[in-house]
Amino acid sequence: MSGRTSDPREITLSINGTVHKVAVEPRRTLVDVIRDDCGQTGTHIGCEHGVCGACTVLVDDEPLRSCLMFAVQADGRSIRTVEGLQTGDALHPMQEAFMRYHALQCGFCTPGFLMLAVAALEKRPDLNREELVDILSSNLCRCTGYENIVKAVCAAAADMKANLDASP
Amino acid sequence: MTAEPASIIGASVERLEDRPLVTGRGRFAGDVSFVHQLHMRIVRSAYAHARLKAVATEAARALPGVVAVWTADDIADLSPIDFREGPNEKLAPFRQPVLAREYVRYAGEPVAAVFATDPYIAEDAADLVTIEADELDAVIDASIPASEFTAGLTTEPTVCRQGYGDVAAAFREAANVIDMDLSVGRHSGVPLETRGAIGHYDAARDVLELHGAAKVPHKNREAMARMFGRSTAGVHLYEGHVGGGFGVRGEIYPEDILVLVAAMRLGRPVKWLEDRREHMIAANHSRQQRHRIRAAVDAQGRLIGIDDAFFHDQGAYIRTHGTRVADTACGILPGPYRLPHYRVDAHFRLTNKTPAATYRSPGRYETNFVRERLMDAIALKLGLSRIEVRRRNLVSPEEMPYERPLVALGDEVVLDSGDYEGLLNKALERCEWDRLEREAAERRKAGEYVGLGLAMYVEKSGLGPIDGARVNVHTNGDVEVITGGASVGQGFETVIAQVCAETLGTDYRRIRVVHGRTDRIEYGIGAHATRATVMTANATAVAAGKVRAKALDMAAQLLQTEPSKLTIRDGRVVNSDGSDSAGMPLGDLAHHLRPLSSTRGEREPGLAAEGWFTTSHMTYPYGVQVALVKIDPGTGGVHIEKMLIAFDIGRAINPMLVRGQLVGGFAQGLGGALFEEFQYDERGQPLSVTFADYLMPTAHEVPEVDVLIAEDAASTTNPLGIKGAGEGGIAAVGAVIASAVDDALGGKGLITQIPITPQALKAIIDGQKS
Repeated sequence: MSGRTSDPREITLSINGTVHKVAVEPRRTLVDVIRDDCGQTGTHIGCEHGVCGACTVLVDDEPLRSCLMFAVQADGRSIRTVEGLQTGDALHPMQEAFMRYHALQCGFCTPGFLMLAVAALEKRPDLNREELVDILSSNLCRCTGYENIVKAVCAAAADMKANLDASP
Repeated sequence: MTAEPASIIGASVERLEDRPLVTGRGRFAGDVSFVHQLHMRIVRSAYAHARLKAVATEAARALPGVVAVWTADDIADLSPIDFREGPNEKLAPFRQPVLAREYVRYAGEPVAAVFATDPYIAEDAADLVTIEADELDAVIDASIPASEFTAGLTTEPTVCRQGYGDVAAAFREAANVIDMDLSVGRHSGVPLETRGAIGHYDAARDVLELHGAAKVPHKNREAMARMFGRSTAGVHLYEGHVGGGFGVRGEIYPEDILVLVAAMRLGRPVKWLEDRREHMIAANHSRQQRHRIRAAVDAQGRLIGIDDAFFHDQGAYIRTHGTRVADTACGILPGPYRLPHYRVDAHFRLTNKTPAATYRSPGRYETNFVRERLMDAIALKLGLSRIEVRRRNLVSPEEMPYERPLVALGDEVVLDSGDYEGLLNKALERCEWDRLEREAAERRKAGEYVGLGLAMYVEKSGLGPIDGARVNVHTNGDVEVITGGASVGQGFETVIAQVCAETLGTDYRRIRVVHGRTDRIEYGIGAHATRATVMTANATAVAAGKVRAKALDMAAQLLQTEPSKLTIRDGRVVNSDGSDSAGMPLGDLAHHLRPLSSTRGEREPGLAAEGWFTTSHMTYPYGVQVALVKIDPGTGGVHIEKMLIAFDIGRAINPMLVRGQLVGGFAQGLGGALFEEFQYDERGQPLSVTFADYLMPTAHEVPEVDVLIAEDAASTTNPLGIKGAGEGGIAAVGAVIASAVDDALGGKGLITQIPITPQALKAIIDGQKS
């Protein structure tokens, strides 16, 4: 019976710097493995077909829909989720801005938006409002009407840039 | 003299809810798990309408990891799902069975349930269940003549009728009669978190638990206890974080019943998470109505009478709400206008579609569209401006409270307070209506398709009759407010904490607000019908007032003074005149009030109190929306250039959250006005089952919204003077966008249905060109 393609395979995922060695069926999606096998439930599942973006995580710093990727495809790669945004008790400027600007209501889509926006701004700190709206329009939110999300991301962009400039 | 600190009511403070949510530490239904749990997968009908012949489950049962597969026969003892407001003999035959028996009546109807050790296995097994059935013709139009639901019963279970006056006479004396045929499409709340339910039977305590509850945990507990023949003390519902409600989540659905029954019968916790496709065909739909409406109008454009017959597309079964949406539509249709004579017949029709119920602003989103289209049509017919025709019909402040012999949500309609024309004037001034109108006309002359729209509306909120809360100060000074309210993401905890903090004189961040827990408080109204802030906040204020009095009384004894000379600031009882800077911390007073405390005296133990708030009527906020739109004639796409929402809510507890509610609601309303629609083919097959074909607005489509929060007309039905904001943003968006798009097309009354699709618009524009 050994060697079936559906048999669990040993993989290693680094999630927010913690190494998880798990045995998963090849058909299991990355988001299911992050949530159920690695216990990191901050990443949410909204549609399972790559439209809503609630499951956005960073794989090697690239924002990806973790519902559209199999966990085995992420073997050995470095994954960042919402749980890894803060440093100790200090929140990431993006998290702070979301709170300050009331950019969340139910909070279900929030982890996806946070990861999407952080990834975009880490790569291109100078993105302007129009470019950010363009990027943010790839995720869905049903509560806020987006206005406060856009405001928060723009504010966080400035904060992140200031931090960047301040660091040696 | 020390200055009184600024009021926390009315302050846009940050939310208490946010930190766990931005750090990934929320607890949504999917995050709840129990050791040894099973996973449920529902087998759904692929037929819209069929007679079941056989459901074959053997192959599924044989799959390793599958523990059970149930069909209707396995739960033959369970009644269909009952109405929230209790038994209704007339409507009872149209209730949905937990699993289909004999017939399936919509594509997506649960036919079998698979229980397995792993969700992937459960899904594999569900694929192995086969349904044999004879397909029947599907009814997909609610406005065709009624047909047979089942032997002896028609697809029109009831006609909801309301009205007053002499409508026939009104039309006899009318100078003008306006006739319209208006339709609202089928859409729904579609929260980002799909539904989820985890059933857990704790045999040690003999308690049946439902986790993943929302909206109305206490009412659902009663209904579930009735259904299972258990005492309410043996059924508890637990609300964690809720990923959006909008009316859809938190009703009792077949899946909720199944996880509970399975938890008891299979002796293991059972978890069910809905997938998105299921959500689109299984959770409540809403909105779809077709109105054939006539207005009798005098020579000056004043309404004399309205005669409306509408068809309400309920879908396949009558769910927990009964006929509430249609009833509310009847009761609220007249809006902010005087209407001497009125008759409405709501044909409550069953079709072979997913059953319908409430979605944020139920009955109002639809009728605001209908009534405001009618007002625009009256203006057009009489050559009046759209503003003027409204001015001539608005109920005036002097007429408040304004009673209508109508009923909405089981409550007599009494508009408690409002200055509708005052808000209209504010809105027109704020958006510079005259300039916008002039510029739009000029741009149209230059060939652009630009239009300005306006809609006025009355919302309702604070459905009573009663709610309670308990406030408890702990010995460390932290405060717990135990409510029977529910949080669907609207900021309930923050708002209740603000109200408690105001009365108790303590930091709102030291207040913990409990909600959605039937094991913590016996009664509760939950969160629906924009009632949580009005009802629960007022109850909280009563309870906090009692705690305050008790704290002052205890402190007065200890400080050897009079309670009247004391007040509470920053969580400490101090002299009102500011003479003692130290004061006594509330936590110390709670310590003095412990049961064993020697200083307590004859006082009841605990620095705690329960408060109740009772109201006889709802309270009615009101609004004006203005939109400026531009149509791309090449694609039929609509771009919103400017949007204003003016809304009077009496008193805003947290303006930032009010604004959030209004803007968020607007975005949903925009979806219903332009994009969202559950479509079906002629065989009743659902065509909108993913986010790729049910289009919700993104950051691209939603414009910045100018929000004018007015506090001119405090509610007269509650001491805090508040009215709810939850549904005020969405309520008139279909109406205002239709008005603006129509204006862009020349103001001829061409827009008679929503959503206004690009295809429809392009066809109109191409038609105009040729």
